[in-house]
Amino acid sequence: MTVEIALRHHLGGFALDAAFRVEGRSVTALFGASGAGKTTIVNAIAGLFRPHNGRIVIDGEIVLDTAARRFVPAQLRRIGYVFQDARLFPHLTVEKNLRFGWRRTGGRAGTTYDELVDLLGLAPLLARRPAGLSGGEKSRVGLGRALLAAPRLLLLDEPLAALDATRKDEILPYLERLRDLARLPMIYVTHSIDEVSRLADGLIVLEAGRVAAQGSVFDLLSDPELGALVQAPGAVFAVRVVEHHANGLTKLAFDGGTLLVPRIERPPGTALRVRLRADDILLAREAPPSISANNVLAAEVISVRAGGSADADIALLCGNVKLVSRITRASLVRLGLAAGEPVFAIVKSVTVDPQLGLARGHAD
Amino acid sequence: MLTAAESEALLLSLRVSLIAVLGALPIALSFALLLSRHAFAGRSLVEGVLHLPLALPPVVVGYLLLVALGTREPLGAWLQAHLGIRFAFSWTGAALASGLITFPFQYRAIRLSLQAQDQRLAEAAATLGAGPVDRFVNLTLPLALPGIVAGAITAFAASLGEFGAIITFVSNIPGETRTLPLAIYSALQEPGGEIEAARLAALSIGLALAGVMLAGFADRRLRAALEA
Repeated sequence: MTVEIALRHHLGGFALDAAFRVEGRSVTALFGASGAGKTTIVNAIAGLFRPHNGRIVIDGEIVLDTAARRFVPAQLRRIGYVFQDARLFPHLTVEKNLRFGWRRTGGRAGTTYDELVDLLGLAPLLARRPAGLSGGEKSRVGLGRALLAAPRLLLLDEPLAALDATRKDEILPYLERLRDLARLPMIYVTHSIDEVSRLADGLIVLEAGRVAAQGSVFDLLSDPELGALVQAPGAVFAVRVVEHHANGLTKLAFDGGTLLVPRIERPPGTALRVRLRADDILLAREAPPSISANNVLAAEVISVRAGGSADADIALLCGNVKLVSRITRASLVRLGLAAGEPVFAIVKSVTVDPQLGLARGHAD
Repeated sequence: MLTAAESEALLLSLRVSLIAVLGALPIALSFALLLSRHAFAGRSLVEGVLHLPLALPPVVVGYLLLVALGTREPLGAWLQAHLGIRFAFSWTGAALASGLITFPFQYRAIRLSLQAQDQRLAEAAATLGAGPVDRFVNLTLPLALPGIVAGAITAFAASLGEFGAIITFVSNIPGETRTLPLAIYSALQEPGGEIEAARLAALSIGLALAGVMLAGFADRRLRAALEA
C-alpha cells in the first residue's frame, strides 16, 4: 500500500505546496498548527477539495491528476474519513448510520459488522439517534461508520480535538486497538504531540502549507531540531516486557538497555511503546554511585542544540535508540558536553503506552 | 347538515387545493434546489419572479392566465387541440390558478429547510460511497421533509381561500369552479343569502384553522423525529 501526494494550491494569503509519500499499513500523523494546511490536504485526498495543481496516487490508482484533468469523485475513491465533528446523519439511528457506507461499499469486504460494533462498544447505542449521544459516543459511531465502508485508506481529522480530556482517554484506547487490528493505513491529522507519540508510526510536520519534516516518529520526536518545532521534545521507542519483579516493578528491555517501571499487567514478551520526555532525563558525566532513580542509561551525545532560551536540548544515542534531554545552558557549560562524548542519562519518569489503556508511572 | 350545494363547494375546494399543492410541489422543490445550491447570473430576478404571486393582486394573476390560456388564445387553443387539456372555465383551471398563487408558500418553506441543511453531511455521505442521486434521495430529501410538509399544508390552507384569480380566470360555475369563497360571494349576491354566507364562512374559518394547526403540528413532529 502506497499513497503518493503532491499538492499545490493558493487561496488568498495561504499557499499550500506539499508532497509526501505514505507507505504500508501504518499510522502517519499529519502534524502542525491550525492553518498549516492539514485539513486541506486530507480533504484533497478524500476528494472533497480540488486543488489547483496536484497528483494523488493510491495503491497505483490515480485519483487526482490536474495535469491530465483527472478527478475521481469522493464516492468512488473508497477512502474513509473520520471527521472532527463526527457528521452523523441526524435522521438516521446509530445502526443506520453505521450501515450507510457498509451497504454501499463495505458489504463485499471482510469487515464484519458485529465484530466492529463489539470492538467499539456500540451495541447499547444502536437504536438511538445521533442528537442524543455524547461527544465521545459520536466519535465512536463516526469511526465505526467510516471503517464499515471498508476503505483502503482511513483519514482521521483531529478526531479527538472536540473532546475534553476525559473523553479523549475514553477514545484513545479504541484508536490504539484499531491501529493494531484494522490493518489499514491511516493518516491522522492532529496538533497534539501526545496523540502523535501514542498512535503514530510516521510523522509529517507541516508549517504554513509546506512539509517541514518527515520521518518515523521514533527518529523525529527525539530530534532536538524538530523538538523546537513540536514544542515538547521527547523520545518514543519500542520496548519488550522482560519480567515482573517481586518488589512491584516490571523490567522492560530495548536495544540500549533496560528500564524498571511500576508493574504493568502484561505477560513477558509483550511489545509496548514508551515515551521519555526531554524534561525527565538528567545527565551525568560519571555513573552516579548512589541515586534514587532506578533507571540510569549509558549513552553518547550526538548533538547539542542551545536555543535562545535558558535551556539546551541534548540529542543522545542509547544503543540504536535516540533520546533527548533538556538541561539548562548553565549545566551544559558546567558539564562541558560535546558531540561524541559518553554520558549517563538518569531517567526520572517513563510513560508507558500499552496497546490498551494508559499507564504513566514514576519509577524513582 | 350541509346542503347539496354547500358540500359540492366544499368537496370542490378540497379537490382544487389538493391538485394545486401536489402540482406545484415538484416545481417548488426544483426551484428551491436550484436557487439554494447554485449561483448564476439573474438569480435575484428569478427569485423575484418566484415571489411575484405573493405581491401581485390575484386578479392580475387570473387575468394573465386568461390571456395566456383562454380557449381563443394561441397557447390555450394549442393545449386543447393537441393534448386535450382545457384550463378555461374548468376546475383544473381553478387548481392551476390556486397552485400559482400559493406557489411562494411552498417554495419559501422548502428553500429555507434546504438552506438550513449542513452541506458537510453530504460530504460525509460521499466518502461513504453515496453518489449525487443517492445523496439527494437518502439525505437531502429526508432532511428537507419537515419544510416540504409544512409548506404543502400552509399552501393547501391558503389555496382553500383563493378567490380573485379563480373568478377572473375560470369564472364562477356551480359544480365546476365555484369553490367555498366563490360560493360565499354568490350567496351574498342573492337576496336573503346572508345565513348561507355565514354558514360557509364558518366552514372556511374552521378549515383554515385546522390547516394552519396541522402545519405546525406536522412541523414539530417531524423535527422531533429528527432530534429524538
